[in-house]
Amino acid sequence: MSKTLFYIILGIITVIAPFAFPAFQTQLATLWLMIIVAQSWDMTGGQMGYNSLGNIFFYGTGMYVAAVVTIGLVYPVGEYTGAAGGGIYTFTPDEYFLGMALSIPAAGIFCALCAFIIGYVTFGLRGPYFAIGTLGVAIAGGEMVSNWDWIGGGQGISMPSYPYNFDQFKTVIYFLYAILGIALFFFCRWLYQTRFGAAINAIRDDEGKAEAMGIHTMRYKLIAWAISAFFVGAAGAISAFQLIHFEPLETAYQTINLGIFMVVCVLLGGKGTLWGPVIGAVMFHVFKELTWNYFLGWQWVALGALIVVVVVFFQDGLMGYLKYKRPEWFGIAVDTKEAKV
Amino acid sequence: MDQILFNLGLLAEYPVVNLKIIIDGVMIGALFALAAYGLALVWGVMNVKNLAQGDFVIAGGYVAWWGAQQGMHPLLGVPAAFILMWGLGWVVYKLLITRVIERDLFTSLLATFGLAIMMAQIMNLMFGSDTQSINLGYETLYFADGLIDVPIAKLIGVCMAAGLAAGVITFMKYSRMGQAIRATAQDSRAARVMGIDTEKVYAFTFSLNSAICGAAGAIIVMVWVIQPFYGITYSVRAFVIVTAAGLGNLPGVITAGLGIGAAEQYGSHIFGIGYQQAIAVILLLLVLVWRLSQQRKNRQVLK
Amino acid sequence: MELRKLALSVTATAALALSASAAQAASHACEELHLGAAISLTGKYATNGIHAQNGYDYAIKKIDEAGGVKVDGKCYNFKVTYYDDESKGDRGATLAERLINQDGVQYMLGPYSSGLTKAIAPVTEKYGIPMVEAEGASRSLFNKGYKYLFAVLSTSEQYLASAITLAAEQATKNGGSPSDVKVAIAVENDPFSLDIRAGVLEDAKKLGMKVVIDEKLPRDLSDMTAILTKVKLVKPDVLIVSGHSKGAATAVRQIGEQKISVPMVAITHCEAADVTGNFGDFAESILCSTQWAETLTYEDPIFGTAANYETEFKATYPEYAEKKVPYQTAQASAAVYVFKDAFERAGTLDKDAVRDAIAATDLKTFYGDIRFSEAGNNVAKPMVLRQIQGGEYNVVAPSAFASHELVWPRN
Repeated sequence: MSKTLFYIILGIITVIAPFAFPAFQTQLATLWLMIIVAQSWDMTGGQMGYNSLGNIFFYGTGMYVAAVVTIGLVYPVGEYTGAAGGGIYTFTPDEYFLGMALSIPAAGIFCALCAFIIGYVTFGLRGPYFAIGTLGVAIAGGEMVSNWDWIGGGQGISMPSYPYNFDQFKTVIYFLYAILGIALFFFCRWLYQTRFGAAINAIRDDEGKAEAMGIHTMRYKLIAWAISAFFVGAAGAISAFQLIHFEPLETAYQTINLGIFMVVCVLLGGKGTLWGPVIGAVMFHVFKELTWNYFLGWQWVALGALIVVVVVFFQDGLMGYLKYKRPEWFGIAVDTKEAKV
Repeated sequence: MDQILFNLGLLAEYPVVNLKIIIDGVMIGALFALAAYGLALVWGVMNVKNLAQGDFVIAGGYVAWWGAQQGMHPLLGVPAAFILMWGLGWVVYKLLITRVIERDLFTSLLATFGLAIMMAQIMNLMFGSDTQSINLGYETLYFADGLIDVPIAKLIGVCMAAGLAAGVITFMKYSRMGQAIRATAQDSRAARVMGIDTEKVYAFTFSLNSAICGAAGAIIVMVWVIQPFYGITYSVRAFVIVTAAGLGNLPGVITAGLGIGAAEQYGSHIFGIGYQQAIAVILLLLVLVWRLSQQRKNRQVLK
Repeated sequence: MELRKLALSVTATAALALSASAAQAASHACEELHLGAAISLTGKYATNGIHAQNGYDYAIKKIDEAGGVKVDGKCYNFKVTYYDDESKGDRGATLAERLINQDGVQYMLGPYSSGLTKAIAPVTEKYGIPMVEAEGASRSLFNKGYKYLFAVLSTSEQYLASAITLAAEQATKNGGSPSDVKVAIAVENDPFSLDIRAGVLEDAKKLGMKVVIDEKLPRDLSDMTAILTKVKLVKPDVLIVSGHSKGAATAVRQIGEQKISVPMVAITHCEAADVTGNFGDFAESILCSTQWAETLTYEDPIFGTAANYETEFKATYPEYAEKKVPYQTAQASAAVYVFKDAFERAGTLDKDAVRDAIAATDLKTFYGDIRFSEAGNNVAKPMVLRQIQGGEYNVVAPSAFASHELVWPRN
């Protein structure tokens, strides 16, 4: 009962927040983005033990799929991106919203397919090789896109802008992220209790034994990564609408920014827990915004130091710490007698 | 597509250009190989994957550059960078690396990533974000109607790199410390049992790695340009090379380094220089896939 | 308890210090007028971002000294809130929003580079915040119908187009025709440089020239031997390179080392990369496009002549003593000057009135004449092309401004 109440209160906060703090709407939207990418990273990283550094590939790909679908519905994409100098392309509100409605799921599905294909190759890699291999995929993806003139190459690509009022636009973006984030959270909550969740946990704990027990490890790994890619891709698509103009290397395939931040969020909050990524994303986002405001010039040093300290000293994150200090909160029975000895 | 054919046509029309591309590739490859050798050492001995490798290179470059600004002879920058970066490596080891050695694989990757962004930003604050280089003012040698040019500065750089590599190899092979390092790499527990102070070995190895990178950076600043945020380029190359060559395989690291240098030059000649980074990364992926397919035959995975 | 006391006393001291500084500001008599800017202090554009920031700060200081901005009988001093956009578009857009929403900024100065301006302009436009920018030259900024975006600089397709015209003139002079000219282009893969490429391609096509090499430089450029080898084989008549400061540095150095003997080499960002200071003879007879030159005869009451701007700026920022003051700095100062002028003409702080005043700008400055087109770009000022002759930057084109003859072919 109290849990339901807790979720209801959180839900109310989610709905009220953008109206209570209108000036912070974009930061709140970005917070949801961080939560989504962190939560979906944790699906493979925390629950399955495959530490990918390449999930940003799906974010960037999602952005570009969104752009291509939205623009392609109305104009030939090559002509649109080729018109660097002249040519004015306008979108009616109907075209804009149709593009939005189609392109967000399309981006998710396309990224899930990509995950199947890439995963088929990369899941043969373990440990650091998997991390490096996926990082390689992300870097290569960005480089290829930046050389592909059809979708704008290094010029980047411009989305149509929102047809109505700008404040309304920000609210729409916020709620798109929030809905996706809440859907992801409850999906994960359900998923980790099913047989599927148990299977990917088994893969994390000992892949060889899991396979010996008759679990088709490859199948589970691919499906888990595809689900994670779906959500990252859809979040990327929303970002594309939010940012309006974006370019491949610094924004879409931003390997050393968001690509690593999502991992740090998860570590900060606690790997392999449901709430860890959410809490980690909030902590990270607040820290980041504060340092960017008050440590101008030094913000990256502060961030690097945070990463080092978290990774070295608090690798289990906040949730791990709590689990250690207050195991009863997690339903772990502690034999106090033994603990005294 | 036309452009690729045109570029291939150029290669066929002027065969001597192939030689030029290989020379250029080997020159840059030699420096990649140095950074990669350090990475292979650290990876092999203490199982730390150092993503800050490239930033050590750039830091060494700045040491040499700063020295040259103060009126030091640029060639002295190489030993100066070696020594100073040795010290920095030792400090980094004591503060950070010693705490990640026994931890899982991912820890060292992320921790050194954090280190990398800190280093890049501190260098940016100290030296500014301009691209910097040292102009040695030496002549350039020309062969084959000027089609092949070898700046003497580059030649000196490559010779220094080779000398450094030879020195390190001899040291590893014959000195007491070198033997201890190799023993620790093979089996650290056994080495400890045999009375080797592995903590000291680790500290020494990491400092040596940092010093090698620093010297490589000092050479790079004489021949190419450096910038605080260029570290990642060298880190990526070092990882490609070590992944391709495997750990503890020194001739392999050198061959792979030179090979990747040449492959990149060829690639950027044929596909265009815009693909340089992409080529390095795609090579990495190809190597991984190839090694995987080797292992799949035995139902094994790359760990 | 002790701790709390300590904390209290610290706050008290801080409050005292704050009120003291506030008192000091008040004694200055002028009120603060808030501007905002996201500028690249880190990342790939940091060099030029800092040049621009120095330009803003210098102009603000000069305007203060000249008695501030007088709006409706009151006197104001500009104060800029800066954020670091890390040379990333998404960051820039977020920061622009933060400046407007959280810091309450009503007027913006531009970021560095076309890419960043492209990312920020939709935000300022939606909020109706006038932005005078000095560093975003891409044409694609001015075909979106933006009403609140004003650029004091010439658009980027003009940067090196005059080099193509010069090459055509030389070809005719030597008894050939422009259509014999072979052009090689190597530009960075970013909006600004791609726009330069577009301008060059357009002009080359008009004159029937042949483009033999057309390549893009990677963002972490440190070696362009692959392109230069090709240049050696194909022997073009003009080589165009654009890649901000690092592109200029790498190109000049390696062109020298590889003894590339192209009759005409034209690049951007020579001054920002200080090619004469860093590479000496290698930079000889290279053509550099520039938005502004200190040798031009522009003048205004705040900064004096262009030459005067150069000397006084160097006195204020000694780190520039050994090199040219880059035009990135000059145009940043000009942008602040446009704001001052517009505020004074508008006579109010209402942002729409100020916007209209900016649109009606017709100003003579040390940086050149400033008059905005409907689209917001400055149409009153030409680009100039300078050639490095004996270590000096001498204006060679367009002919109305040329102080020296073009040296052709180079070496």
